[in-house]
Amino acid sequence: MSRRMSGDVLRGAPPHTGSTAFINARIVDPAADAEYTGAILISDGKIADFGPNLFASGAPYGIGSVDCRGLHLAPGLVDARVHTGEPGEEHKETLESAGIAAAVGGITSLVLLPDNEPPFDDASLIEFVARRARQVKLANMYAYGALTVGLEGKELAEIGLMAEAGAVAFTDADHAVGNAQMLRRALYYAKGFDALIVHLPQEPSLSGGNMTSGVMATRLGLSGVPPLAEVMMVERDIRLAEMTGGRLHLTKISTAESVKAIAGAKARGLKITCDTAPPYFALNDLAVGDYRTFGKLVPPLRSEADRESIVEGLRDGTIDAIVSDHRPQDQDSKRVPFAQAEPGGIGLETLLPVSLELVHNRQLTLPQLFQRLSAAPARLFNLPGGKLAKGAPADLVLFDADVAWRVDRDDLWSKTKNSPFDERPVQGLVMATIVGGRTIYRHDNFTPTPAAA
Amino acid sequence: MLGIEGLSPETISGLLDLSESYIPQNQSIDKRRDLLSGRTVINLFFENSTRTRTSFEVAAKRLGADVINMDVATSSVKKGETLLDTAMTLNAMRPDAIVVRHSESGAVNLLSQKVNCTVINAGDGQHEHPTQALLDALTIRRRRGTLEGLLVAICGDIMHSRVARSNIHLLQIMGARVRVVGPPTLMPTDIDRMGVEVHYNMRSGLKDVDIVMMLRLQTERMQGTFVPSISEYFRFFGLDMEKLKVAKPDALIMHPGPMNRGVEIDSEVADDLDRSVIHEQVEMGVAVRMACLDALIGGRRNAIGAAA
Repeated sequence: MSRRMSGDVLRGAPPHTGSTAFINARIVDPAADAEYTGAILISDGKIADFGPNLFASGAPYGIGSVDCRGLHLAPGLVDARVHTGEPGEEHKETLESAGIAAAVGGITSLVLLPDNEPPFDDASLIEFVARRARQVKLANMYAYGALTVGLEGKELAEIGLMAEAGAVAFTDADHAVGNAQMLRRALYYAKGFDALIVHLPQEPSLSGGNMTSGVMATRLGLSGVPPLAEVMMVERDIRLAEMTGGRLHLTKISTAESVKAIAGAKARGLKITCDTAPPYFALNDLAVGDYRTFGKLVPPLRSEADRESIVEGLRDGTIDAIVSDHRPQDQDSKRVPFAQAEPGGIGLETLLPVSLELVHNRQLTLPQLFQRLSAAPARLFNLPGGKLAKGAPADLVLFDADVAWRVDRDDLWSKTKNSPFDERPVQGLVMATIVGGRTIYRHDNFTPTPAAA
Repeated sequence: MLGIEGLSPETISGLLDLSESYIPQNQSIDKRRDLLSGRTVINLFFENSTRTRTSFEVAAKRLGADVINMDVATSSVKKGETLLDTAMTLNAMRPDAIVVRHSESGAVNLLSQKVNCTVINAGDGQHEHPTQALLDALTIRRRRGTLEGLLVAICGDIMHSRVARSNIHLLQIMGARVRVVGPPTLMPTDIDRMGVEVHYNMRSGLKDVDIVMMLRLQTERMQGTFVPSISEYFRFFGLDMEKLKVAKPDALIMHPGPMNRGVEIDSEVADDLDRSVIHEQVEMGVAVRMACLDALIGGRRNAIGAAA
């Protein structure tokens, strides 16, 4: 079987200058909630013009053009939840290898979690990430600052100084802040800087188990994490956000009850937002049958009823965004008994194809999907990409929405292979990824005619 | 005298006028008068305070009163005596005034209900510190002529500050507009309902103000819980020349002391002879406390109205 995701990652591409036209594309515009055949004109790395009528009478004269041959062209994905091993565990993933996997996955901007070794609880580490991202020259990379010192949930980290250094939001990654007074103060303090706090709602005292509670856990003899551990903290966090007026974003929503609680908060006019990740709308707890450690995640994979509610939450807009929750783990971390395995799965390269299932299943339209994958995360984290707009950076993804293939961990570009979607048949493949007008990835099946982009 | 809240503008003006009359005495060589001769004043400080206790002691002695400083650290309080028993014991010695500092809000109020002498609040918990607000007002009035219409920014740890609360009351009673400026974690709940404007950054908070009052950041409360670190606090909320630029060019800089240089205030600002009135505040403190003692136990109450 040929390598499906074979293509070239083009790190050496120079900055985009002059003008390039992407013509004959199926354009997905999430802001306008529209999909149409048209063209996008790029000038000096920015979107200069776009629309159904642009170059409708044929290829433009005198500038380079790329014939998209009817493939979909959309704002590049903005992935707000990526962990790499740099610094600290470079054998699992470096910023460079993550940048490559992101390019192959159509991700043009990503936000790095702060739970490295050392954790990003100091402005110098935020600056380190920015400098390394410039060297890697692939996707735009941003960083979270730690919410508390050492992610320990005890003392506030230097939120103001890290925000000045470029941290786009603050989180303790997969560590929930169990102490309500601590999160309350953090929300108050961050409010002074208009900073966004991203929180994983999992009550720590109920989250010690290895998979979701239920008959599957009982049959496998694994300790359980009740879905209740999530919703009780969602409800607490909603109250704290309401009391403090702070900006709160809840991450990796995985249960039906949580979706209901957040929908209620939004209906009351609170500015709370949330995201989920593909495992929670595309997998359920059956995926950990046979003790598959690739299915061990935080929060754990839930029941089928919960999965259906997550899909519904994405459909009705209760869930604002989809993140990859990319977390590489090496074989030593996963080839151990289930209870001893490290949680987490890689997700950069499967984010788009797995999410496209929602479109193929007619649960979302393509513009709606790109609202969740690109526009909403860019808006929430105040990032420049994620939209089609004149003057916006030309961060785009060109993809074939229909081509079918099967995820094979050996084909993935990530340094580690722990995909919970290994062996899954999917539909949709990235053909090119464009960041600031530079094509940073091109699939072998897509060779641009007549002029190189 | 338990607090500023509830005092009338006339009472405050009267006390300030009386205070003013003591300034020349304090600046002369012969500083002592016999106005309170035969009166006994007890300084009862449950919390350490060199500055305020000394100020009260100097004030009482300059008026000729006998002053006893109770050192709580070595008193029967350490042996387990309750606040009220201590109060009753001292009351039995028939003092004319007890000056009380206590770490708990409302403690001075409680004590005052059990004694039949005058009680002056020298600071109770996070509640009030009335003589500080009066001395601040006197300092401003001498520099600006009036309090009315001035825009005053009180900056820093509002939550834990009795000075902030007393000043908010007094300034508003006297017709000044008050802003509170600091990180949201150091703002007490619903502070805006006390009639002040709330600002979370110095740039907007100091814009066009006439007076900048800095508060001490209680470093023992600093680390991690309310504010991440001293360096971050100083960067965003420490008063330096850069942040001061948006205030009026002749804005006065005040601090109740003790100052933490490099935490809430930069030395360049604190030592600015043109604008910093921090040492003047200390001088006015003695005059204000003389006026309070005079008004309360000097037998001339009708001169300024009932302040108690």
